[in-house]
Amino acid sequence: MSAAPAQTPALEFHDLTVAYHTKPVLWDVDLAIPEGKLVAVVGPNGAGKSTLLKAALDLVPLASGFVRTFGRSYAEIRREVAYVPQRESVDWDFPSSVLDVVLMGRYGQMGWFRRPSRTDKEIALDALRRVGIAELRDRQISRLSGGQQQRAFLARALAQDARLYLMDEPFAGVDAVTERAIIALLRELRDRGRTVVCVHHDLQTAPEYFDWVVLLNMRLVAAGLLANAFTPENLQRTYGGRLASLETAATRLLRETRGASSLK
Amino acid sequence: MTAWGDPTLRTVLLGAGLLGLLSGALGCFAVLRRQSLLGDALAHASLPGVCLAFLAGSALGIDPKHPLLLLAGALATAWIGMLLILGIARTTRLKQDAAIGIVLSVLFGIGIALLTYILKNVGGANRAGLDKFLFGQAASLLPRDLQVMAVLGLVVFATLFLLFKQFQVLSFDPAYAASLGMPVRRLEVLLTSLLVIAVVVGLQTVGVVLMAAMIVTPAAAARQWTDRLGRMVLLAGLLGAAAGVLGATISSLRSRLPTGPVVVLCATAILGVSLLFAPRRGLLWAALRRARNRRRVRVENLLKDLWRLGEGDGSFDAVRALSDLRAVRGAGRPDVVRAWRDGLVRLEGTGVRLTAEGAERAGRVVRNHRLWELYLSRRLDLPDDHLHRDAEEMEHALDHEVWEEIDAALGRPRADPHGRPIPRGSPL
Repeated sequence: MSAAPAQTPALEFHDLTVAYHTKPVLWDVDLAIPEGKLVAVVGPNGAGKSTLLKAALDLVPLASGFVRTFGRSYAEIRREVAYVPQRESVDWDFPSSVLDVVLMGRYGQMGWFRRPSRTDKEIALDALRRVGIAELRDRQISRLSGGQQQRAFLARALAQDARLYLMDEPFAGVDAVTERAIIALLRELRDRGRTVVCVHHDLQTAPEYFDWVVLLNMRLVAAGLLANAFTPENLQRTYGGRLASLETAATRLLRETRGASSLK
Repeated sequence: MTAWGDPTLRTVLLGAGLLGLLSGALGCFAVLRRQSLLGDALAHASLPGVCLAFLAGSALGIDPKHPLLLLAGALATAWIGMLLILGIARTTRLKQDAAIGIVLSVLFGIGIALLTYILKNVGGANRAGLDKFLFGQAASLLPRDLQVMAVLGLVVFATLFLLFKQFQVLSFDPAYAASLGMPVRRLEVLLTSLLVIAVVVGLQTVGVVLMAAMIVTPAAAARQWTDRLGRMVLLAGLLGAAAGVLGATISSLRSRLPTGPVVVLCATAILGVSLLFAPRRGLLWAALRRARNRRRVRVENLLKDLWRLGEGDGSFDAVRALSDLRAVRGAGRPDVVRAWRDGLVRLEGTGVRLTAEGAERAGRVVRNHRLWELYLSRRLDLPDDHLHRDAEEMEHALDHEVWEEIDAALGRPRADPHGRPIPRGSPL
């Protein structure tokens, strides 16, 4: 019979290929991430980890394949998904207070022309409290430390109250105290049945923090519960050099079939 | 006011003010999105539109200088320029700055060619004044121009007000905006279209060549004074309007100078004041803060020297001759006076002596110094002769929170790498 709702994966990639211009970034990725897990996406630089998140968020054009979130397309389900981009991806000198940034998390739920209501502000403040920087709510964001900036980004995602959280390196460049606070928060989300997928760089902490891993290096090397997937052989295959011939062949194929410029 | 009673001048001032208001407000988004030069390209791209509209009007026998006609032409080619820039950057490997450079020069070149053709070949008194679009002439504004500008301005501000939060996220974090389901590309085109309108509204007054300054300058000035986007947009509008009114007044009353350069100079003066005097971000502010900091460092060094002279035998509060202190580090008389005024030392005869408060402060500086040396030595494996200079600076900067963290991480050590004790608490 058809799958029960609980068995629908939180995130599913079918034959996903993504290319920037003609350079392949992800090649034929087939992956289903179950709901309610704390998931690390691990792999070397340029392995396509961030791109995997962006593909899930419909932020990059797909060369082929498709993505399903809770069995639906992103457009249908986007209110259930919260994104935490890399901290360095924005200009922190932007004229904005911490609360302004967190309130952005409510914009997806608000009408087009509506201003944030008192409820929105309360939700945003509550999110700030949960990441432990409520007292910084009126501070200009450029005057935050790296760890505080990351907490502000997390609070913004929390304010969306989503079922699936996609986070791009939430531990990058934060202090030890913040790292502990973040992992505690992620576990709390997981324990409340949310799914959290993090691009993660630190192989040391990965097995300690996460219960599910995706090993990625342009193609999917392995995915599954920590015990099954996070093995020395799989790590060796993930980090043991790029598959040069696959990359060359894929580049050539894309150039011939798609031309140099037209992407979507 | 006599100026206000004069309808011609009133038109000029209103027009210049409106232009500054619009370009200032929209310039904020251009500047924050690092697209300052986009406004420049759009302004230049509007010139061929003005000329083509004029030619079309002449050919069709309608008033070729009607503001609606000229603005429509300007809007059309500026908008085409915008689509070209966004399109080139999106579909080719050229980056946006290259796209801006290409579109700006090509369309401006076409515009100049058309303008030259008109000035040489099209008869009638009508053509006079068209060249004012290059550098602007506010005095040539007519009430009907103003009406068109007002309507366009209203459209721009209504859109800005209604879609403020969309434009805010788009400018701060476009990928996040897209993840929220916002139509980022369409919003981008819309925001840039508003910029096109602001540019076109300013053409007659400021001219295509210098219009970019009205986009960038008021926004940059406003950023100095506020840390909130909404206030920045309002303030940039007001500063732009002030520059416009001031420049148009000077240009109309005092001389036959083209308005554009005068308005731009006024805006630049406002920016100069903002860069110098704005609290926190201003250069003067920064200089004052640095000077205050240097004074604090000198006083703390004085206290530290007093403290260390007594460290050998525990006589922290002994009276020290000023000459002894100079031997150690050359503390100046003003620093001694400052320390005395702050209650950190007492003056006794020709000597000084630490107060309890001064001793505590001195102990803190010494403690910071030695803890930091230990931290560098243990955690960064720096050789012993590299520790001192770094610690000399850090001893004044380490705040309590960081100190506590390091102290705990090092296991609350008792001595620095040279074996000297790390003082805890006041010795007095």
